[in-house]
Amino acid sequence: MSNFDFDIVWQNLPYLFLVGLRFTLTLTVLAALGGVILGTLLAILRQSGGPVLSGFVAGYVNLVRALPLVLVIFWFYFLVPYVGQWVTGSPRPIQVGGFASALITFIVFEAAYFSEIMRAGIASIPRGQSSAGQALGLTHAQVMRYVVLPQVFRIMLPVLLTQTIVLFQDTSLVYVLSITDFLGAASKIAERDGRLVEMYTFAALVYFVLSFAASRGVQRLRARYAVPR
Amino acid sequence: MGYHWNWGIFWEQSPEGTGTYFDMLVQGLETTLVTAALAWLIAFVVGSVVGVLRTLPGRVAPAIATCWIELFRNMPLLVQLFLWYFVVPDLLPGPWGVWLKQLPNAPFITAVLGIGFFMSARVAVQVASGVEALPRGQRAAATALGLTGPQTYRYVLLPMAYRIILPPLTSELLNTIKNTSVALTIGLAELTARARAVQEFSFQVFEAFTAATLAYLVVNLIATLAARWLEDRVRVPGFGKP
Repeated sequence: MSNFDFDIVWQNLPYLFLVGLRFTLTLTVLAALGGVILGTLLAILRQSGGPVLSGFVAGYVNLVRALPLVLVIFWFYFLVPYVGQWVTGSPRPIQVGGFASALITFIVFEAAYFSEIMRAGIASIPRGQSSAGQALGLTHAQVMRYVVLPQVFRIMLPVLLTQTIVLFQDTSLVYVLSITDFLGAASKIAERDGRLVEMYTFAALVYFVLSFAASRGVQRLRARYAVPR
Repeated sequence: MGYHWNWGIFWEQSPEGTGTYFDMLVQGLETTLVTAALAWLIAFVVGSVVGVLRTLPGRVAPAIATCWIELFRNMPLLVQLFLWYFVVPDLLPGPWGVWLKQLPNAPFITAVLGIGFFMSARVAVQVASGVEALPRGQRAAATALGLTGPQTYRYVLLPMAYRIILPPLTSELLNTIKNTSVALTIGLAELTARARAVQEFSFQVFEAFTAATLAYLVVNLIATLAARWLEDRVRVPGFGKP
């Protein structure tokens, strides 16, 4: 501890932030957007997709939620090239980059969690509202689009954002694919220069500050955006 | 697809010389379960203490509990494992650090402690919310009966609080089992790591991952059913679901 070398952190700040953290934040934002959109579709299908489709969606959501993210990351890393081959009809498995593989994995994985949040939100809207919408002549899709979902997003925004903070922390697991996300960048410098203590302590500090600030922000939002009842 | 399936792979000898590929996966599952069980023990005990601290009157105890919870909740588990594995031994006074680094099963001990403390923050949040969900009159009634603070928690508040939070605690237990897979990064030979090893030795990636997936599903199912049985068993007549 006596020879804690701040210089090593200072010298590598551009690499850590501009390469590593940038990757982490891009992945977090895109995966959250994709995950919420896919999750919302899954929640709607599960609620009103007929017995076969909703059973299939339920099975998918429960399967994904039963598996560790690390295993799912490996699954997709090996599976996506074959799926790409199948879709494009190419003679050999398609090589996808680390970013694409990670993004697909996180969207598909997080969608299961986001869909449970959206499902709870949809269930919390009184049924009378759907009936009223239908009585006004709106189609089912219109009821969702104009009556139910706007309220669900507002009620569930804090929960969706909290799940996004979890997602932000989970992106560190792309380390298992040797991708240079923020932790990957820290780890590469740590191993190159033999400075594990400095780099991992700094990485922990950055993750802590960002997650803590974000969760405080969500708390304030929760207080301000609460739907008056 | 250009992939060559070979489901017989599980019965072939692994190059490690300790049995078949199937045996490798079974050993991985055992490691996963033992690690998860010990980590859950730590998470449950520490989480309960911190959760109770959070609900105590006064300012100091809740503040300590909040610090604990925020500290362990706002760093990724992977980073926490790296801290325990690479950083903590260096922070300890010389001989202790060396002793810790040279433990033969350091990945296992690190995983149990790291995952245990990580999950303890989540358990603490649940325990605190369980206690806070009880009517305020219960604490007052216990005090009026002459129970001390510890007695109030032991005989009045906690027995009901644990029953209320059984469903979320079950999902935290399942999270603990799933989180053991993160410890493959520090060299723990748990189920996902062993499935990876099968893949690296035999190139039968999808068979190995399918087997691991099924194992996780079965463990999940058993834990869920056990929790449901426990919920029925400890239900207090007149409270909760009829």
